[in-house]
Parts: sequence; structure tokens; C-alpha cells
Amino acid sequence: MSVVDRAVPDGPEAVDRPRASTRLELRALAGVLHREWVVFTRYWRSTTFSAVVEPTIFLLAFGFGIGALVAEVQGMAYLEFVGTGVVAMAVLFASVFPAMFGTYVKRRFQHTYDGILAAPIDVRELVTAEALWIGVRSGTYGLAPLLVATAFGLRPGWAVLVVPLIGVATGFGFAAMGIFLSSIVPSIDSFGYVISALVTPLFLLAGTFFPLENLPDWVAAGAVINPLYHTVELVRGSVFGFAGAAPLGHLAGLLAFAAVTWSAAVVGMRRVLID
Amino acid sequence: MTTISHAIALRGVTKRFGAITAVDRLDLEVPAGICLGLLGNNGAGKSTTMRLLTAQAIADAGTVEVLGHPLPREAKAARARCGVVPQRDNLDEELTATQQLAVFARLYRVPRRERRAAVARALELVELSDRAHTRIDELSGGMRRRLLIARGLVHRPELVLLDEPTVGLDPQVRQDLWSLVARLRDEGTTVVMSTHYIEEAEELADDVAIMARGRVIDRGTPRALIARHAGAQVRELSGDPTELAAVEARARALGLPTRRRGPQVAVLRAEGLDGQLGEGRTRLPALEDVFVSVTGEEVT
Ligand SMILES: Nc1ncnc2c1ncn2[C@@H]1O[C@H](COP(=O)(O)OP(=O)(O)OP(=O)(O)O)[C@@H](O)[C@H]1O
Ligand SMILES: [Mg+2]
Repeated sequence: MSVVDRAVPDGPEAVDRPRASTRLELRALAGVLHREWVVFTRYWRSTTFSAVVEPTIFLLAFGFGIGALVAEVQGMAYLEFVGTGVVAMAVLFASVFPAMFGTYVKRRFQHTYDGILAAPIDVRELVTAEALWIGVRSGTYGLAPLLVATAFGLRPGWAVLVVPLIGVATGFGFAAMGIFLSSIVPSIDSFGYVISALVTPLFLLAGTFFPLENLPDWVAAGAVINPLYHTVELVRGSVFGFAGAAPLGHLAGLLAFAAVTWSAAVVGMRRVLID
Repeated sequence: MTTISHAIALRGVTKRFGAITAVDRLDLEVPAGICLGLLGNNGAGKSTTMRLLTAQAIADAGTVEVLGHPLPREAKAARARCGVVPQRDNLDEELTATQQLAVFARLYRVPRRERRAAVARALELVELSDRAHTRIDELSGGMRRRLLIARGLVHRPELVLLDEPTVGLDPQVRQDLWSLVARLRDEGTTVVMSTHYIEEAEELADDVAIMARGRVIDRGTPRALIARHAGAQVRELSGDPTELAAVEARARALGLPTRRRGPQVAVLRAEGLDGQLGEGRTRLPALEDVFVSVTGEEVT
């Protein structure tokens, strides 16, 4: 190592210097995403296995179990109804769980974020990249139940091509929610409360396995604030065809959820990562 | 680019954690190109000071400037030019040594075409080239520490912050790291190294800042600190506790600092004495005597 062959401060490398501004720098995001990718290459088998197999079991158990009792729901074969509903569930599970547990472990036990934040990356960029990574991954895993349902006779229209985007948007929002929760729980055991009180109702009361119309009015009305309900509606719309302006409302709901959880995650993580 | 007179300038910096004041109105200037040893016992505020320098801790009062960048406003620009070796190992255990360094080369924005060479160079620097493809969880403790240091150097930082870099290393590896630090400094890199090994500070530091309770209580070259506080000679006397207390009282009357250890009391700046304090062994002073004398605490 020598002083002379170090990059000259005002030389061509000067463009690589991080700015003092508060905007998100692509290079910072790319660095964190690259780290996640390299780590993922070491453990993708187990993660992918559970992310794909679990929703598939739900799909087949409900699809055939309930499907034998119920012929049609909202004009769809029950397997089609549940096949699209389980997409949302798969995205939820593949985003909120890694975000809660993974983020907590990386922060508290492995001190990974302390290392990353010593580099030219700020908390906002770190949180954004982590949520983006989990969002993209869970959006991809969310396609598995759709493929399985297709193998059992689901015939989606062309609009199905937007399902990955819906998945990523959903996954990003729930990842940010998980990251935020990881920043406020007093210990890793507290996630038990979160799962029982929040995650379970979210995935059951979203129109995943049964339509919400049959529930008491106040529960059905409450679904509007369940982001997963919007995901379910958007996924069904893209598979069976959209109607009217409702999809725009659902999309707005999802994006608003992502914006709120992302802001909360940035504030929460800044509080615990910066002394 | 303006000329930077100081690699680091902390002025009146205070950092509190609830009721604890970890750093207390700290003034610390580090000229570019030197190795500064931050010497202090557990809880003195060394790690907190390091975290202030990367804006991972934000000062409650005072100003922090690193490589000419005011913090926290220009924290990212400053961090890009700093290498950090944390006190706590936070390597990604599931990766290989090469993968870990490649990840950090990218986080630190080493241009794509230079990354491979940067990784190889960093491995070589800490003599881990033969373990390049070993998973980190299969490395020995000393190797992990060396890799942690390599990770902090992969982007050729101008300022290196080493927080107790040699804890848990065997003497041979510690020697190797000392020569690595000496080499960095010889090549113009500014090094700030916290330690509570006095011999480490004595060996490596151009300048030593002694920290206690969040403040730098004295600062200077090891030689100047020794001359100032321990003089040219130390007299060690043994005896029972009453005798030792008497020696201490007489030394105090003469204005000489003392240091008690077991059945022995050492009188600093003893060069002017003849037999006044009684018979004892005379030895040369060391930085350790200074540390004890100025902090009033034994070395932990
Ligand atoms: N995140 C934190 N929250 C609360 N207190 C803290 C935090 N970090 C440090 N402290 C307190 O600040 C004081 C200084 O700690 P610091 O880690 O800077 O000491 P140090 O000199 O590095 O000690 P050591 O040699 O043990 O590493 C201690 O009393 C410590 O308990
Ligand atoms: Mg420390």
C-alpha cells in the first residue's frame, strides 16, 4: 500500500464520492443488495424450500379439502379462488418473517448493520435496500402457488404478468413492517405476540381462503385497512380480469401501506442503530 | 480540495447514554499521518469516541470533523475514506474470506475493475491468501480478527480506526499486526487505535492520548508522557501495609506520585532522591507508570 497510488482526490474517481445530500444513492443500495445476494447464494436452498413448500401445502389442503365441499366461490372454482389467495399469503410469509427475525438477528446478535453503517451507507439506504431485497424475493416466491394452481387447471389471462409486481410491492411493505417491528420489540421472543395478534388475522381476514362477505359487516369493512386484502383482490383481478376502477384503489392502498411502513422502519432503525 | 491540517478534530464533544456520560467535553485533534493510541480502561469512552468518528454515534454537544468533513452532515463522504475495525467481530460467518472482502469492497465503492485486486491485496496484507476460500466460521479466532482488519483496509482508507485490534491474539500474530500498523503509518495512513495494552501503545503510537471517564486527561509521545509524569527513575519499595503507607505519605510530601501494587509501592520521578524514602530497587519508568499516575486507576 502506498500513498502515491491511492486514488487522487480530484481525479476520475471523484465521481464515486458519496454526496452529502439526503437522497438515496443507487450505489449504496446496490452494495447492500449485493451483500444480500452473496449471502443468499449460501442458504437459498432452505429458504426457498420453506417459502415454496408451505404455501403449496396450504393450497392443496384447502383446494382439495374445502374444494370437495364447496363447488364455487364468487364464480370461481374453489381451487382457483384459493390458488390466487395463497399467492398473497406466500408473499406475506416470505416477507414479514425474514424481515422480523432476520433483521433482529443481524442487528442484535451478528452486529452486521454496524459493519455496513461504517461504510458510506446511511440508515435510510440500508433499510430501503433490505426491504427491497426481501420484497423482490417474496414477490418471486409468491409465484409458486400460482404455478401449482396452474398445474391443477387454473387458466390465468395475460394480466397475470403483473402479479410479480403486485408481489414485490406487497413484500416491500410487509418487509418494512417487519423491519420496523424488529426495531421496537424488546426481545426476539416478543415476535410471538406479533404473529398471533397481527400476522394471523392479516392472512386469514384478507379473502385468502374464504370471501369476506360472509363475515360480520364490521369485519368485512375492516378489511380495507388490511393491505393483504388489496393484494388478494389485485392478484385475483390480474388472473381473472380487472373490472372498473377498484384495482386503482387497491393499488393505492398497497402503496400507501408501503410508504407508511417504510418511513416507520427508517425512523425505528435509526433510533436503534445510531447512538 | 482544501488542505487538511487535521485528520480528526473533535471539539468539546459530549456523548451521554441516559445518566452515563460516555464522552465528556472531549477535545481531540489528530494530525494526518500519525498513529494515535487511545489508552484507557474499560468504559473510558474509547469505543464511543470511535463511533462518533463514523457518525454511528451522534454527539450531544460539540463538533466532529473527519478528514475535513463535518459530521454528521457529511458522514458518508467521510466514511468512504475511513476504514473501521470494530471491537466486536461482525463478519458474515456463512461467507468465505474472499466473498466477505468482495462484499465490503463494493460497499466501500471500490471501482468494479479494481475489486478483485483489492481483495487479493487485503488478504495478502494479513497473510490469509491461503485461506481465501475458507468459510469464515471455519477460521480460527486469530484468523477472523485478521480478516476483520483486512476488511477495514480493502478500500485503502486514508484514516483507519482500530478498536482494540489485538484482543485475543497470540503474541506472534500480535507482533505481525503491529508491523502491519507500522507499515500503514509509514505509508502515510492516519491510524487511531484504541487499546488497553500499554505495551501496544508504547510500541506503535506516535502520540498517546490517555482517556478516563470520557476525557483525554493527558496526551503526548510516550517518551514525553513518561518524562512528564514518571520522570527518569522509579524507586520500588516493599514492606507491610503500614510501612508502605508511610512511604506514600513521605512521597506525597515531596510532591512525588506513587503507585501501589500488592506489597510494593513505586515512587515515580525518583531520580532526585537519595536514601530519603528507604532502600529499594530502582528501575526505568514505563508508560504504565504514567497511566496509573494520571488516571489513578490500575491497568485492567
Ligand atoms: N449504546 C450504549 N448504551 C448505553 N451505554 C453505553 C452505550 N455504549 C457505551 N455505553 C457506556 O458508555 C461508557 C463508555 O463505553 P465505551 O464502550 O466507549 O468504553 P471503552 O473505553 O470502549 O471500554 P472497553 O475498553 O471496555 O471497550 C460505558 O459506561 C458504557 O457502559
Ligand atoms: Mg471499547
